[in-house]
Amino acid sequence: MDTRVDRDRAALKYLPAMPHQARFKRPRLTSILLWLAPLIFLLLFYFYPLGSILGMSFARAQGSILAPFIEALSSASIRGVLWFTFWQALLSTLLTLAIGLPGAYLLARYEFRGKSIIKALTGIAFVLPTLVVAAAFNALLGPQGLVNSALMSTFGLQQPPIHFTNTLTAILIAHMFYNTTIVLRLVGDFWSRLDPRLGQAAAVLGANKWSTLRRITLPLLLPAIASAALLVFIFTFTSFGVILVLGGPQFATLETEIYYQTVSLFNLPLAAVLALIQLVCTLALTIIYTRLVSGLSRPLSLRPTHITQRKISTWRGRFLAGIVILVLMGLIVAPLFALGFRSISNFERTESSTARQGYGAPVWRGFTLENYRQLNINRRGSLFYASPATTIAVSLGYAGATVVLAILLGLPAAWVLSRRRSSFLNRSLDPLLMLPLGTSAVTLGLGFIVALDKPPLDLRASPLLVPLAHTLVAFPFVVRSLTPALRSISPRLREAAAVMGANPRTVFRHVDLPLVARALLVAAAFAFTISLGEFGATALIARPEYPTIPLAIYRLITRPGMQNYGQALALSTILMLVAGLGMLAIERFRIADIGEF
Amino acid sequence: MNGLSITNVHKRFGEIDALIGVSFEVAPGEIVAPLGPSGCGKSTLLAIIAGLDSSDQGDVQWDGVSLAGIPAHRRDFGLMFQDLVLFPHKNVSENISFGLQMQHVQKEDADKRIAEVLELVGLPGFEERDVNTLSGGEAQRVALARSLAPRPRLLMLDEPLGSLDRSLRERLVFDLRDILRQSEQTALYVTHDQEEAFTLADRVVLMNTGRIEQIDTPQDLYRRPASVFVARFLGLNNLLDGTLQTHDGNMEVITQVGRFLIPPHEIDLPRLKDDKYLDSDEDDQRPVTLLLRPDAVSLKADGSFQLYGTVQETTFRGSTCRAVILVNGLPLRFDFPAAVSVPGAGEAVTLGFEAHQALQLFFVDSASSSAQDR
Amino acid sequence: MKKKILLLLASLALVLSACATGHQTLKVMTHDSFAMSEELKTAFEEQHDVTLEIIASGDTGSALNKAILSKGNPIADVFYGVDNAFLSRALGEGIFEVYDSPLLAEILDDFELDPQKRALPVDFGDVCLNYDRLYFSEQGIQPPLNLADLLNPEYRSLLVVTNPATSSPGLAFLLATIGHFGEDGYLVYWQGLKENDLLVVNDWETAYYSEFSRSGGSRPIVLSYASSPAFEVIYADAPMDEPPTGVVSGDGACFRQVEFVGILEGTRQRDLAEKWVDFMLSTSFQEDIPLQMFVFPVNQNAQLDSAFTQHLAIPDRPAFVSPEDIALNRERWIQEWTETVLR
Repeated sequence: MDTRVDRDRAALKYLPAMPHQARFKRPRLTSILLWLAPLIFLLLFYFYPLGSILGMSFARAQGSILAPFIEALSSASIRGVLWFTFWQALLSTLLTLAIGLPGAYLLARYEFRGKSIIKALTGIAFVLPTLVVAAAFNALLGPQGLVNSALMSTFGLQQPPIHFTNTLTAILIAHMFYNTTIVLRLVGDFWSRLDPRLGQAAAVLGANKWSTLRRITLPLLLPAIASAALLVFIFTFTSFGVILVLGGPQFATLETEIYYQTVSLFNLPLAAVLALIQLVCTLALTIIYTRLVSGLSRPLSLRPTHITQRKISTWRGRFLAGIVILVLMGLIVAPLFALGFRSISNFERTESSTARQGYGAPVWRGFTLENYRQLNINRRGSLFYASPATTIAVSLGYAGATVVLAILLGLPAAWVLSRRRSSFLNRSLDPLLMLPLGTSAVTLGLGFIVALDKPPLDLRASPLLVPLAHTLVAFPFVVRSLTPALRSISPRLREAAAVMGANPRTVFRHVDLPLVARALLVAAAFAFTISLGEFGATALIARPEYPTIPLAIYRLITRPGMQNYGQALALSTILMLVAGLGMLAIERFRIADIGEF
Repeated sequence: MNGLSITNVHKRFGEIDALIGVSFEVAPGEIVAPLGPSGCGKSTLLAIIAGLDSSDQGDVQWDGVSLAGIPAHRRDFGLMFQDLVLFPHKNVSENISFGLQMQHVQKEDADKRIAEVLELVGLPGFEERDVNTLSGGEAQRVALARSLAPRPRLLMLDEPLGSLDRSLRERLVFDLRDILRQSEQTALYVTHDQEEAFTLADRVVLMNTGRIEQIDTPQDLYRRPASVFVARFLGLNNLLDGTLQTHDGNMEVITQVGRFLIPPHEIDLPRLKDDKYLDSDEDDQRPVTLLLRPDAVSLKADGSFQLYGTVQETTFRGSTCRAVILVNGLPLRFDFPAAVSVPGAGEAVTLGFEAHQALQLFFVDSASSSAQDR
Repeated sequence: MKKKILLLLASLALVLSACATGHQTLKVMTHDSFAMSEELKTAFEEQHDVTLEIIASGDTGSALNKAILSKGNPIADVFYGVDNAFLSRALGEGIFEVYDSPLLAEILDDFELDPQKRALPVDFGDVCLNYDRLYFSEQGIQPPLNLADLLNPEYRSLLVVTNPATSSPGLAFLLATIGHFGEDGYLVYWQGLKENDLLVVNDWETAYYSEFSRSGGSRPIVLSYASSPAFEVIYADAPMDEPPTGVVSGDGACFRQVEFVGILEGTRQRDLAEKWVDFMLSTSFQEDIPLQMFVFPVNQNAQLDSAFTQHLAIPDRPAFVSPEDIALNRERWIQEWTETVLR
């Protein structure tokens, strides 16, 4: 009996069993009050702007309000776009799970050096704006990238064998690149605290490793896996930059179509219809998910990681672990390194290099920090020049605000969701939380313009809108990562505490909070990285004198000139470092009086 | 030989030796109880036998066949965990049927077996219950049912009654004994509680920091503890430091309480560390511990030996009365049957006993610390 | 929790109201490619005793949409950044107020695409094909001079352009082909380009920094701007005398994008807005434009910096399509193009 929790658990044996329904009936008032903050937030900054823009869009429709609906649904190309959006998201999700689950297992069950670095590196991928990711993959897989150059010189080829951009493969790989960290974190965290003795009990009863996995581990993991899958699906469903930049003109999803209709054609009614379709799909999915999962979460005895994790002891184990790490590294870390490498490299195109390849591939000429140095110089005395220090400060500022806001809103929602799973309030409000993730950013951005135009909410030009917009995306994440963890706390633990005289707030502080400390850190890390890498909303709102890092990168990469490109790469590398350090810092942060849990 | 055979098992965790040279056997149908204080290596032993962990040295055999290299799921052993580890996502019947499913038992037969086993543990009709809503005692029985259902050739129970309250425990221990005997189940019952072990087991394996101190039936264990540790663990009081000298087979033991002159053949000579007997003609003095059993003494002055003392305090404990009696300034504890009236505090008493009933000698080796009771 | 939100909103209101009662502010809404030098801004602010607030609102199309949707209660006082491809949309939605600036006299008539003076021209840039000099000199091929050349077999598999649906230069190039070959001929031209192994990507960054041979790609002819070679020289890693890229600037091969400024309807700072527009049209601002935004001034009196003009090629006769035609046919043209080239 080494922790307070163990002692409390022992006390449970003295409690009589209570029928499930009667268990710990909390006054509904508290539930309603706790839902109030997230609800008001959503109402003000999501439903109201969304409703406004949809209303305004349909008001512009020529003819009846049904006309754009008919136009959309009868158009073969739109149906094609819808179909493609759906199945590329499905495929992306499955592939991400295929890579992420073995990785989650490795991180959950084993202890080895470099674990936090791997987690931080995969998390960095999440942060990068698409243009930077495209540049990174280009450095690795482009026509004159590392891989093609190596293959061409080894096999004496004339044409680069690998065509990466403008392919479906590029889209899928980019989605895996971005989203594996979601699986690693959500599933890995949960898995890391599953009692390994459940597997031992199964083994003794005759189950081999596969039976144990299939019948015991995976069913118990299902809430976490479902959460991760839902998030990955929604993200890939609403994916914009990846489809646009890496997929190319052959591929169109709902989101790119909405962008085209809105910006290029200003066909707001049709864009509104598409946005609604996207929304309804997200809603349907979330409802299916909540139905599926609410029946699945059960009280688990969650154990601290020093019990559940062990060193890799066999050679076979080391080999398999090595393969998993290699794949993760290859997919996620290699492009990051390629990016960093290019940012400190000096490339030169000379006559001699041209003769060899026919296209004048730039040749590596050594390391240089010139790109970084140039970042600090405002060559043209430009008004909107911002030093790296400024952009870092701005980004961290917004990220900090987002983390605080997202947790303040997400924690109460997650807590209520975990208590009375099938209450009407929970069942109807839970899917609503996910909607911001599945809403077109273009549409919502315009919604802000239309709705928030009167004081005290005239935030159309206010920098405050940036953390608000970031929080809209981050707090569903927080809810999704906290809820499985909170749900798996045995209600009897809370009862035991209550019986010993603790009021609900104390119960929360001393029972729930320590047990979900880890999940909270995961949630905070997510909110942090989401804010850091957010580009779309920020581009529409931020003050040009105080750009975030992605915005500053965008400004550099949209201009010709090797120095601009080099600086963009340098700033991207800085973004990666800031994100990585930020995440490592969050992981190391310990919530008071609870050690490693 | 048939049944379980553990030979010279060693296990080390980092700096600590969890098991040192552990060897014993369990015959088919026998219930053996590894007994000992926390940290003596009992749970590690079970893990190794079950195949959940491996020993550094030594062998585990069943029916003469070594189990080395055979993974846990193919050993056909049962294990009931200390904290049950019921599958939270399965109901009672699904938990119990898990082992049967692994044996590919047909559904009909499985259902029959489940009902049978629930009946056996006294929970008929509990099939559909959610395991998370069970009381402590109910969960315990379901865990037992789960481990019994597949009819394992060996069932191991790790402190199965550990966290239950006293009355429940006492009731369940008898139920368990009946269940195990009824099924003729070969079993290893690990516990730190002497009463449980004695109630259930055919033989007890007493362990101390990774080593086996003694293997015997409960009666023999109690009557003839093999070492000071065993005596102390069993609550056998009045362990006195002394020195031993032998003259012509007579044993002279000098203790703080007095000088005991024991005629030859009255009690067993203590065994030396390497199991050899003392040369009866030796003249040297050896340090020994003398056990004066608390339950083998009477208040009548009959018996070959007598002690004179003063009652310090008495405690009535239901079936016995415990008295602390000062003899030569040393407080000694004795248990008298309730029928006997024990004089009150301050009264002088004479205690009588026979050597072969009340005395036992142990050599003091460097491993055991001073045996003097306080 | 609820208290914290209320507190947040209250402090928000406080901050906003404080801002409103301060010193005069002029808000200028722009797209995010807007740039000017710091000293120029300070000069304007001091001259008119005003605080200038630039509100960058995304790319041209997005910024315009925002302005349209906030019509009547505008976010800013002035909007800069509408180009001729979007001009009709802006004018049609009526977001601008008329302003006949005296400085219009200094501007070439050609640029005044809005005779009603609601949108006033500020700068222009040309979307042109760029080519990699090193490649062509090595291969011993003549770089293409005009659009028709690109159909020739020696330029097979050498061209990368961007999608007009998703990219502003992409649309400009499409308009150039329509302007040059006419509505009847442009699709035939594109068909020919497709048969000559044309590569289409969605955005300029991919085209220029991934596919262009200068960046390590496989295509030595890329769609970009007439000013790009100058960028290459000014922002080169090592100093160079000659730009490494050239421009295909034959007749009708480029498309001229003109950018406009307008006073937003409903502004409460009409006077200051007028001052700002005048300022943008004045030589001091106009001469600052090239090195800040890499486009060209419309004011005839603006002197161009020799550092810039040295490497510049301003095409003589870019292609032209009227803003009204663009507004009318944009969707159809993009659709037809997509059918021809991408399917």
